This record gives sequence, C-alpha cells and structure tokens, in this order.
Amino acid sequence: MKLIQILDENGKYKADDLADIKEQEIRKMYRLMILTRLWNDKAMSLQRQGRLGTLASVRGQEASNVGMALALQAGDWFVPAFREYGSLFTLGISMKNQYRYWGGDERGNYIPEDKRVLPTCITVGAHLCHAAGMAVAAKTRGEKSMILSSSGDGSTSQGDFHESLNLAGLWKLPVVFVIQNNHWAISVPVEKQTATKTLAEKAAAYAIDGLRVDGNDVFAVYKTVKERADIARNEFKPALIELVTYRMGDHTTADDATRYRKPDLLKTWEKRDPIERVKKYLMKELDWSEEKDKELVEECTKEVEQAVKEYENSDMPEPETMFDYMYNEMPWHLKEQLEEVKELTQAGGKK
Amino acid sequence: MTVKTKTKSSESDSSKRMLLYREALNEALKEEMKRDSTVFLMGEGIAERGGSYKVTVDLLKEFGPERVIDTPIAEASFVGAGVGAAITGMRPVVEILFIDFTLLTLDQVINQAAKYNFMTGGIGKVPLVLRTQGGVGNGLAAQHSQSLEAIFYHIPGLRVVMPSSPYDAKGLLKTAIRADDPVVFIEHKLLYMNEGHVPQDDYTIDFGKADIKRTGSDVTLVAWSNMVPKSLAAAEKLAQQGIDVEVVDPRTLNPLDKKTILDSVRKTEHVVIVQEAIRRGGIASDIASIIQQQAFDYLDAPIEIVAGINTPIPFNLNLEKLSVPQVNDIIEAVKRVL
Ligand SMILES: Cc1ncc(C[n+]2csc(CCOP(=O)(O)OP(=O)(O)O)c2C)c(N)n1
Ligand SMILES: [Mg+2]
Repeated sequence: MKLIQILDENGKYKADDLADIKEQEIRKMYRLMILTRLWNDKAMSLQRQGRLGTLASVRGQEASNVGMALALQAGDWFVPAFREYGSLFTLGISMKNQYRYWGGDERGNYIPEDKRVLPTCITVGAHLCHAAGMAVAAKTRGEKSMILSSSGDGSTSQGDFHESLNLAGLWKLPVVFVIQNNHWAISVPVEKQTATKTLAEKAAAYAIDGLRVDGNDVFAVYKTVKERADIARNEFKPALIELVTYRMGDHTTADDATRYRKPDLLKTWEKRDPIERVKKYLMKELDWSEEKDKELVEECTKEVEQAVKEYENSDMPEPETMFDYMYNEMPWHLKEQLEEVKELTQAGGKK
Repeated sequence: MTVKTKTKSSESDSSKRMLLYREALNEALKEEMKRDSTVFLMGEGIAERGGSYKVTVDLLKEFGPERVIDTPIAEASFVGAGVGAAITGMRPVVEILFIDFTLLTLDQVINQAAKYNFMTGGIGKVPLVLRTQGGVGNGLAAQHSQSLEAIFYHIPGLRVVMPSSPYDAKGLLKTAIRADDPVVFIEHKLLYMNEGHVPQDDYTIDFGKADIKRTGSDVTLVAWSNMVPKSLAAAEKLAQQGIDVEVVDPRTLNPLDKKTILDSVRKTEHVVIVQEAIRRGGIASDIASIIQQQAFDYLDAPIEIVAGINTPIPFNLNLEKLSVPQVNDIIEAVKRVL
C-alpha cells in the first residue's frame, strides 16, 4: 500500500499537494509541535524528580498528534487514547490540566463543556466503540459533524477495533479511525502484533477505505485526515488511517525500553524527526532563521514553565471529593462513609 | 521494651533461603514447566520483557517461544485460546497484567471455562490458570488499582487463590497448575518485592487450607493478600499495648477454609475481617455471614469489617491511601471489638 507523503525528512516537498495548506497554518503546526515536545520533555523530567506520576512520552509523534487534530472543524469530536497530548493542546485543552491529571489529580481530566473532546482512555481500544456510537448519534441527529478517534498499533488486535470498524462500514458512519503506528505496544513490536504488512489494509475487511500516511510528516497527516474528515462528515464514508511514526521514548516512565529495543533502531528514526523537517521547510520557503527559531522555543518554554507553575500551585483534592460524581444523588451507603471520612480527617487524618 | 514476635518463624528465619514474592512465582513456573511439558505461558510482554513485574524473566530463554508466548493486546482471544488449549489437555498459565483487564475476558472465564466441566458431565476439564495482579500500587488510578476478587469468588466452577507471602506464592501456584479446575490466581502489586523464606524443594500447598500467620488469643484478624502484612503490622503494634492478635490468612478464597477461621473465632471470641476491596458486596461480608451463622454463640462483639471505601480508587496518592485500609484502621477496628 502506498505511503502518502508531502514533506520528506530533508525538507523536500511536493508543491502541488502543499498548495491548499496556508502559510499561517504551517506556522501554527510548527509552534504546536514545539510546544508539545517541550511539554512532554518537561513532564519526563518532572516525573524523574517525583513531581509527576507515571505517564507516556509522545516524543516522535508530534506531527501525528498535531496534524490530525488541526484537521477537525468546530462540531467534530476527538476521541483519544493516552498518547495524544499534542492533539489535546491543539484543540485547546490546557497544558496545566494535563500536568494536573498525570500528577494524580482527577480534575485535570475534566474536559471543559465547550470542547468536543473525550478524556483519556486507558483500556486499549475501548474508546473505538464509543467513537462508533457517537457517529451513530451524530448521524441520527442530522448533525454536520464527524468523529475522529486515535489509538495505537496495539489496539488493532482488540475485538473492539474490529467490531467498531464493522459497525462503521455497515452503518456508513461519519467516523475516521486514526491509528498512530509507533511500532511498539510496550515491548511488543508491530510485527508481533499482526501478520498483515500494514495496518491500513485491515479496512478492506469492513468495506471501508484504508490509507497509510507518513506520520512524521505533519503536512500529509493534516491534509489526509482533513480530506477524510470532510468525506465522513458530508458523505457518511468512514475511513481507517494508519499514521506511520515512531515512539522515541519508553512506553511510559515505568518502562525501560533498553530491555527489549536495540538502540540503532532509534538512530534511523531520529533522522526522520517530525519537527526538524518542518524547520528545514520554513528555512527554505518562509524566511525562517535560527534566531527566530530560538525566539519561538524560548516563548514556548515560558508557556510550559507557566503551566508547571500553575499546576504546582493548584490545591490538592480534598478527601471528601472522592464521593463526588458517582451518582446524581448520593445514596445512603456513601453518605455514611462520607461522614466517617470527615470525622477521620477532622481528627487529624489517617496515618 | 522487647516484644516477643509471634509471627511464624519459618518465613522469617534468616538462615534459610530467602526469595522475593516475584522470584518465588518465577521458580514455581520454571519447576512446573520442567516437570510437565503441557504447561505453557501466554500473555502481553511476558517473553522478551519478562513481564512488567518480572515474574516471567528468563523463562523464554529456558523454554523457547513455543512455551513462553507473547500475545497481541487481545485479552478475550488469548484467554479464550487458553480455554481451548486446556480442553485438549494442555495446562496453560495465562497472564493478564492487571486484574482490571480481566474484565475484557469475562465471557471466556465465566461462561466458558467455569461452566465447561459442569455442562459436559465431567468429561471436559479446563485446567487453566489465569494469573493476574490487583490492588492499589502507588497512584495508578481507578482502572489499574482495583480489587476484583469478589467477581470470581461469586462464580461457581472457579478457584480463587490470593497468596500473601513468597512461600505461599510458590506452593499455591504449583497446586494451581496441577489442578484440573480453572484457577484465578491473584497476586498483589505491592507484594512482588516482599522477601520471605522459600524452600528449594518441590512443595505444594493444598487449596482450602488457611494459614495462621500469627497466633494470638484476644482477637482474630482474617485477612488475605496485601492485607496480611498490614494486619501483622497492626498486630505487632497492638501487642505493645497488651492485645494479643491472631492473624488468619485463608490463602484460597474458593475453596475457603471455614474450619480454621471458625476454630480461631471460637478461641478468641472477637473477629475483624480485613479486605482491600470495597466494602459493598465483598468477600468479607460473606465470611462474616458464615461466622455469625456457625459461631454466633461464641462472639462477644459484632463482627467488624475493615474494607475499602465504596468509591473508585482515586488517582491522588493521599486520597488513595484514605480509600483502602491502613494499619491504623485495623488497630482502631480491633479496639472497637474488644
Ligand atoms: C485492554 C488493555 N490491555 C492491556 C493494557 C496495558 N497496556 C497499556 S498501553 C499498552 C500498549 C498499547 O500499545 P499501542 O496500542 O500501540 O499504543 P501506544 O502505547 O504505542 O501508544 C498496553 C498493553 C491496557 N491498558 N488495556
Ligand atoms: Mg504503539
């Protein structure tokens, strides 16, 4: 299956394909990718210092993250797994709240009501069923909107993946399933996940279109997802899009990839860095310079530092909050326990 | 003040060989795989990586990829495949890394494995071990911290095993592998690094045999899995205050060693049951109902249950601590019954 690419790792590009991407959008993509990387690298260092909990690194997948989210229109839904910080920031979810969530504060996972974004999904593949159901809802209501889900290569082994694609094909749902193929599911390489050469070809079994895109090429990601989102929204034709990218970090901060991954694999992919190639393009075509680049990085670093500061200054959740949001009205058995917890905490807390 | 410890010496004697809980499990798997060529392993990241908690390290090297199999992330299918292999006479040990994700396999476990013997009139057997791990860790949030043993306890046809020490882990896992019933073998993430005496020899521990982890005369604490070390810590503190606690670890919840629990209650006449799982619909309630029915006349006080709060496990560390029993909660409960 053909790999869709517009911008290669040397900054060479196909001018025709780039024609309908505006300069302003390109600058925005670049900035968002840099923000995502800085946020991520800061998160890794905070975690090592014990200032953040366990989380997954998105290093290397910034183009996939940002490109797919930018392709959405107002009214569309985004349904992520857990390695999509860049998409979340693109869609206006705050960097502070993502720190807060991964620092162990449930409130960081609450999505503002005006955002059509679902929270983190931990169970691999479970949210793909939700995406199908949301598409059923959008279609029944006659909304002009579509649903974009994102999950990893590992999720394509789940029944949830296959059953959701089957529904989408059968019921002609306005949904696009994006797979970020970062080549790894913790320690299991994609070759041990499936016998098919590509993940995109699995779409054929459900009579939907499968496309394969260079996931480190933000232009190709953006353009392809946008086209397929439009088709899904307007013609009720679902698609499966495989973004071929690479997980440059460990699975999470609790993992050590040197236990199962040869370091030279990383070298190959370092050369395909998603941010570097856009920088090359900017230098060549949009009057960019090292100086401007440095300025941008400094500005983004400040934004990230500000998010860290706000996160670390935010209050800790009170014990009583455990009982919130389980039912619309609190049942007696919870009220009783709530009273016990209050007594305990007033008496100086549990040791 | 020196406190004479009444914790069983066989598990803490330093002249004996000590192993970590995870090493004891590894040894049991290794020995059983050597002994019986029908034993094989399946799970996510168990081969090359040796499992997230290192229970299966080096087994790939020793037994090869046909007997130590890394699976795709497709729990329903590889547990179902385990059921199929077991039906034809193999002894698969299937690992689900977090008990939270056994929920993706419940049809295979509950409708298939647990019913097979019954529905074939004893002709079909499913000697499958489902190894998994539960309980709170350190801030692993609502979908990686649950104690779900009650789900399996409720189902006829399953065995439920929850070892609390390295010694029990090895002996019980061997029994589980040799058993002809499907066994849900539940480890605890905070126990993997605990050390204890584990003999080198090939020993097994019968299902349905509780272990008295500490003898005492004033009050009976019934606890399993990670609540055992917590109960023992509470017992040591209470000993300093002159309260003599007996800690009974059922080790297997199905079958449950009713007799040892009842004998202890009849002796001490006071009982506290400690479970990490949430209070509602838990196994502690069932044990309490057995005690009140069969030893009511012996009880000097109502049975106390110390259990998790009826909420999902919060992500925040302080809240997590509040949501499951701590040593102090056990001490308070003991004082309430005395
Ligand atoms: C149903 C389920 N099984 C197992 C896990 C444990 N787990 C968490 S992430 C992961 C790997 C996921 O790989 P992939 O889908 O490729 O996403 P990636 O981590 O590469 O982004 C696994 C096995 C889980 N969260 N959910
Ligand atoms: Mg992956």
